[in-house]
Amino acid sequence: MGEFKVHRIRFFNHMPSAIRVMAFNSHTERLVVARADGAVEIFNFADNYYQEKVIPGRDGKAVEALCWVGRRLFSAGLDGEITEYDLENLRPRNSMEAYGGPIWTISSNSQGTLLAAGCEDGTVKMFEVLEDRIQFQRNLSRQKGRIISLSWHPTGSQIAAGMLDMIKIFDAETGHATHRLLVERGLQRTSNSQEVVVWSVAFLSDHTIISGDSAGKVQIWDGITGTLVRTHLLTKWDVLVLAVSPDESSVIAGTSEGTVVQFQFISSTVDQQDKQWVRTRTFKSHSHDVRALVHTDTAVVSGGVDTQLVVRPLLDKVEKNTQESAMRKIIFPHRNLVSCAKKAGLLLFQFSDHLELWRLGESDGNGKPGDRLPVKRNPEKLIQLKRKGEDNICCSALSPCGGWLAYATVSSVRLYRLQLDNNISINKVSKLPKELNSVHQLSFSSDSSKLFASSILSSVIVASVKELECKYLHTFKPPSDSRQPVHLLSPSEDGNWLATANTGGEIHVFDVHKLKLHCSVPVCGSCPTAVSIHPFSCSLVSVHADQQIFEFSLKQKEFTAWSRKLQKQGMHPLWLQRDAPITRVTFNPNNPTHILLHDTSMFCIVDQILPLPEEKTRFYNQSVLQSLSLGERLRNSHAFKVYRNFQNLLCVDLMEDHSLVVVERPLLDIVSQLPAPVQQKKFAT
Amino acid sequence: MVEYGDIRVVYRGGSKINFRKPVISNDSRFLLCASGESVKVFSSVTEECVHELRGHTGQVTGVLLRPSNHLQVYSCSTDGTVRLWDFTDGILVRVKNEKGTFRTLVVKQVCVFVFAELFQLVAVNLPQTPDQLVEARDLSAVLSDVSSNPSTIAFGRGGEYLASVNNLKMEIYFFKKNKSYRFEPFNGGKNTFTCIACHPKDDCVATGHDDGKIRLWRNFKQKKEYTYSTLHWHHSAVSSLCFTPEGTNLLSGGVESVLVQWRYNQENQKDFLPRLGAAITHVTVSPDGALFSTSHSDNKITIIQSCVKVSAVIQGLVKGENVTTGLLVDPRSKALVLNGRPGHLQFYSLQRDKLLFHLDIVQQEYIHEAGLEQFEVVRAAFDASGLWLATVEERKQKSAELELNLKLWSFDEQTQSFVLNTTVSAPHEARITAMCFSQAADSQTTTLVSASRDGHFKAWQLGLPAHTDGTQEYEGPSWSCDFVGAYHGLVPRCCCFSADGSLLAVGFQEVVTVWNPTSWELLTTLSQPPGDVRNLCFGQLSCSKYLLGSNNKKMVCCWNLLTCSLEWSTSMDVSLLLVDSRSENMAAFCCQDGSTDLFVFKPSEPRPLFSQKAVCSGRVIHAVFTPREVMLESSEESSQWLNRSQLYFLTEFMDLLTFSTKAEEEKLMASSKQLVIDDTVAMTPFYLLLGKHRHEHLGNEESAERTPLPQSSVAIKELLQTPAHVLPATSFLCSMFAKSLLISVTETSRRVGHRFNLNNSDSDSNSSFRFRFFEDMTCFTRAS
Repeated sequence: MGEFKVHRIRFFNHMPSAIRVMAFNSHTERLVVARADGAVEIFNFADNYYQEKVIPGRDGKAVEALCWVGRRLFSAGLDGEITEYDLENLRPRNSMEAYGGPIWTISSNSQGTLLAAGCEDGTVKMFEVLEDRIQFQRNLSRQKGRIISLSWHPTGSQIAAGMLDMIKIFDAETGHATHRLLVERGLQRTSNSQEVVVWSVAFLSDHTIISGDSAGKVQIWDGITGTLVRTHLLTKWDVLVLAVSPDESSVIAGTSEGTVVQFQFISSTVDQQDKQWVRTRTFKSHSHDVRALVHTDTAVVSGGVDTQLVVRPLLDKVEKNTQESAMRKIIFPHRNLVSCAKKAGLLLFQFSDHLELWRLGESDGNGKPGDRLPVKRNPEKLIQLKRKGEDNICCSALSPCGGWLAYATVSSVRLYRLQLDNNISINKVSKLPKELNSVHQLSFSSDSSKLFASSILSSVIVASVKELECKYLHTFKPPSDSRQPVHLLSPSEDGNWLATANTGGEIHVFDVHKLKLHCSVPVCGSCPTAVSIHPFSCSLVSVHADQQIFEFSLKQKEFTAWSRKLQKQGMHPLWLQRDAPITRVTFNPNNPTHILLHDTSMFCIVDQILPLPEEKTRFYNQSVLQSLSLGERLRNSHAFKVYRNFQNLLCVDLMEDHSLVVVERPLLDIVSQLPAPVQQKKFAT
Repeated sequence: MVEYGDIRVVYRGGSKINFRKPVISNDSRFLLCASGESVKVFSSVTEECVHELRGHTGQVTGVLLRPSNHLQVYSCSTDGTVRLWDFTDGILVRVKNEKGTFRTLVVKQVCVFVFAELFQLVAVNLPQTPDQLVEARDLSAVLSDVSSNPSTIAFGRGGEYLASVNNLKMEIYFFKKNKSYRFEPFNGGKNTFTCIACHPKDDCVATGHDDGKIRLWRNFKQKKEYTYSTLHWHHSAVSSLCFTPEGTNLLSGGVESVLVQWRYNQENQKDFLPRLGAAITHVTVSPDGALFSTSHSDNKITIIQSCVKVSAVIQGLVKGENVTTGLLVDPRSKALVLNGRPGHLQFYSLQRDKLLFHLDIVQQEYIHEAGLEQFEVVRAAFDASGLWLATVEERKQKSAELELNLKLWSFDEQTQSFVLNTTVSAPHEARITAMCFSQAADSQTTTLVSASRDGHFKAWQLGLPAHTDGTQEYEGPSWSCDFVGAYHGLVPRCCCFSADGSLLAVGFQEVVTVWNPTSWELLTTLSQPPGDVRNLCFGQLSCSKYLLGSNNKKMVCCWNLLTCSLEWSTSMDVSLLLVDSRSENMAAFCCQDGSTDLFVFKPSEPRPLFSQKAVCSGRVIHAVFTPREVMLESSEESSQWLNRSQLYFLTEFMDLLTFSTKAEEEKLMASSKQLVIDDTVAMTPFYLLLGKHRHEHLGNEESAERTPLPQSSVAIKELLQTPAHVLPATSFLCSMFAKSLLISVTETSRRVGHRFNLNNSDSDSNSSFRFRFFEDMTCFTRAS
């Protein structure tokens, strides 16, 4: 497969942010996740859990609650505002102050007409959902103490509100409180005087109310009579969140211990109909607090302080031993946070609030494959650039020559000219064309003369950069009327082409010289996760969220023979079973038939000459394959050469000197930066 | 078992009582457990064995109460029979013959379910015939591929379904629909099922697992949508699970020797009963929920009240992994002495089949931990009078040197126990191979000889009382080394004193040396065909001039000590040679082809008195002659050697076996028959007082009639006929009333016991109604 000199980089201190809250839209099968830094991420569960969209957050705006109303997404936070997001342009659309102090929770009724917000001052505020905005309707009767959690009865006639030490049930019509359910204070912890916080309530259609509180209890109440039915003591610490399955036969509760406990509504004896809530399974997939939970039809989705999004299918709902039944952990973002300047040997790392520019180390040693070479020059950090303003960075780019650096936030784009020869200097390009205001992806052309930026309405703006000057050239408009944001920009190596992909699954190729659309790749069902144009053969390679690989010839404007063959034979099952999407496609100029792909757990060289793997063939790690005998090796060699020695990869790219840059982020480093988990007695310690 | 004439090998005493789950009777008064070839009925209060239900000829593999009559019990055995007993009286009610061997049984209403050989669960319909012996032909297999362990199968709520687990599979069979659901929820790892229990009221099945988890399964009527919750306290495999009869609690036990009581539906509340002494193998609950019982790996049953308090302990013979001390007989109590609990010697009465006590030898806390080497008792010896006990304990750690302690214990008459007299640390430099006391009855000058691998044998003698200067307390005499002997640097393997204590024979590898124990001079060496001496024995009584030895080259030699010459020798691979101290007889166990043969002979006679091929499978590792309390009068030549003493032996599978003659067995059976006929009272010490008393009168008045009820008494008439409002205070009447019920001495001859349903079990086997009126003694009334 060829030998490379590998820069194994572990100094990218990427730190994902804790998951704060989640909401699932079962119609569109989109999961929205809000993180502690205010970022909102949208995952498409229908498309292999691909992270479609990321809306960066801003300082001082912590999202406390999320709510889908139809296809619209609302959030509320401790800043007291209710925000609606523009999911096409990846930015907040409008915000509305609720005038009730910090908002702890919002919830919409099942009809999608009303939005209730629970506020610090003890009011439940009702907002009417209008076409383009929300409008305050009225307050429900005001209570003492904050409203922590809210749940609508499915008919929309009643609302249960979790407060301190109690749960109130409101009549949604009159706005009066009809029941007051007192929640016992915890006996477990030292002081009895400490008030108990009802972190989460769930109102079921049979008027059962389920509550989870800070005393570690899950309580089941009869909402008609207002009486307590059962108490389940789960933990010494808090029960932070509850989630109900769509058919209301199962409830899950997330605790501070990192466990998720399932309760099921089942009959105690086989023949009888009287059912009761019984504690059943316990899932332990987190090390820290589970702050957010979603119960889909087939899976439990949980997230928390340990920053991982865990999708654990319920084995009684899915077919066993299929890909669907495998547990998934999503730790790293499905987009590139690292830009490489291939010619200059520079790396740009994107953090949410700053950028870091590093120069790669050098080594002149030679060694056998697998050897560790002595470092002649250590890698050095050249620039740390803090972002301006309150908005977090949403994208960044470094030009291949290393002379230009650009980043964008929700509100602005900044372009810098870098001088790195002897004394490092960085100059901001002061005047940018006004078209460059709302940008979700940036990229430089291979000769560093042009800047491409994806903008609103799925358009791509082309600007030329030269000598501290940036000039608007053109806007590429998509041929279709798609409004989905462009999330991938890939200029070709020869500078002729620009490939774009949007979250609607469309891939367009534009001619950069003629400034017009060259062709569109036929849309397949799955969203592309990486696209790239081959430098010599002028074919476009795209990898999709369902792990399919396509090669599209730009000259013939059709899929190549290799791509057809691959589709005909079908991908290897082991390839399809991987759970992380391919995030980068690169080519080896020395070996034009090689395609380099990587996801977070492996990198792979696809050799287009070699035969495709049969269904029964095994995917050997290349280091294992090396140790086999020659005949065995030949028998097991096929087009997909998987290399798993590097783990938790954030970037694999080929530099111009044919050395490979591998950016790793070991999980242990992430775990060590997490706050301490709650203390738990472990056996034999 | 093997028949030989009228002598056969039997399990008698010391059998396992923890082999299968015990059963507690409905009134919680009795506990029944399978024990060897019989079922033992223990009183749950006094811990005494009340009856032994004998009759099976193979190992009993299951005991269960009969659901339709709680005074009867089923038992099954490897002999292919299921028997029905009336356990309160110990009557055999019904025998069923069945081909194949039964592993265990479970009972549901009318059917009896048994595990047959091929790991099938078979339903047996009992024919309703009055015959005592019935052959059951109506068999139907319910489940196949079940585990051989009966705790992996359980009946659900009201017997509607049957749940069984095996390895990683669980199967639930519904009787009504005749349909079974199979679950294989785990891929492997340590999730193997170990045991199962069904909730009596809810459809909930609890399973125990290898990794210590307990899972509660619900909703198992669907193939897919079953669900379970997990309870985890045990750190290693859960060995037994049991729900209480109302289903409010779940009991579990494992190797931790802690009984855990979980509240059903409030699983984070649990109670513990720790320090039960040994790993729990079975947990059972009485039908009224008042008593729990746990069986333990050290052959013990603990009876626990439902308030989680231990109320009684029934201890059987403790069988560890290996018996290093061999079998000994305490000359004083005639008890069998061998290794018991770790670091202890146990004294077990074979006559009463009861553990007498444990003597703590090591006197160190035993720490339960895998791989930890601890002090173990490896040798023990009694002197002839039973006054002295010598023990050797050793600890061998991989890195450290061998640690050895020789301890001498004297019997204290006051406390009736052994008291440590002398501790000799490191008596030898290497492992002690043999130890024996001088047989002479004179206790003051008794000598202990220990032989070790370091090439020496040492003689130890009780020293004179230490003369102290008066300030210190008087200390009794202690033991000290008197002589160290060696022979050409060879390793002594065995040593033996002659019966009168005048000679000591020590076998140094291939050479037998004979020493004078008073002067410690080497008297002679006896030539021996090549081969290391394994056993040495002096003849007894009239044969005391003979010394016998066996070696590892399949030779047995007999030397005449008067002539110092070889009297005879024969080629036999004797693994164990022992002498009966009460007669001239010697026993030799020869191991051949995986089984062991026994020869009993007199050294002076060329022909063996008794020989039996294949007394047991496997090697016999230890054997001992125990003196009988009552001599047998057997005239048959072949069984005469059993008249004065019994021969007990321990196989490599830790089975304690003995030989029994036909006459002896008949006597035993007769005694149990007798028990059935003229007694309905439990065989307790209390009975012995009352029963004898009653016998006398019963004998006198066979035809007496029922005494008239004491209603005719004036006092009672008055009491019953006077209007209530004019009656004096009850306290006043009470003594008068009680007095009227008493029967004066002259009246005693008139009382009688009347009974229905004489014990003719043939005529009406099913009913166990039994009435008896005791006008004079309100002793035992029993409702059916």
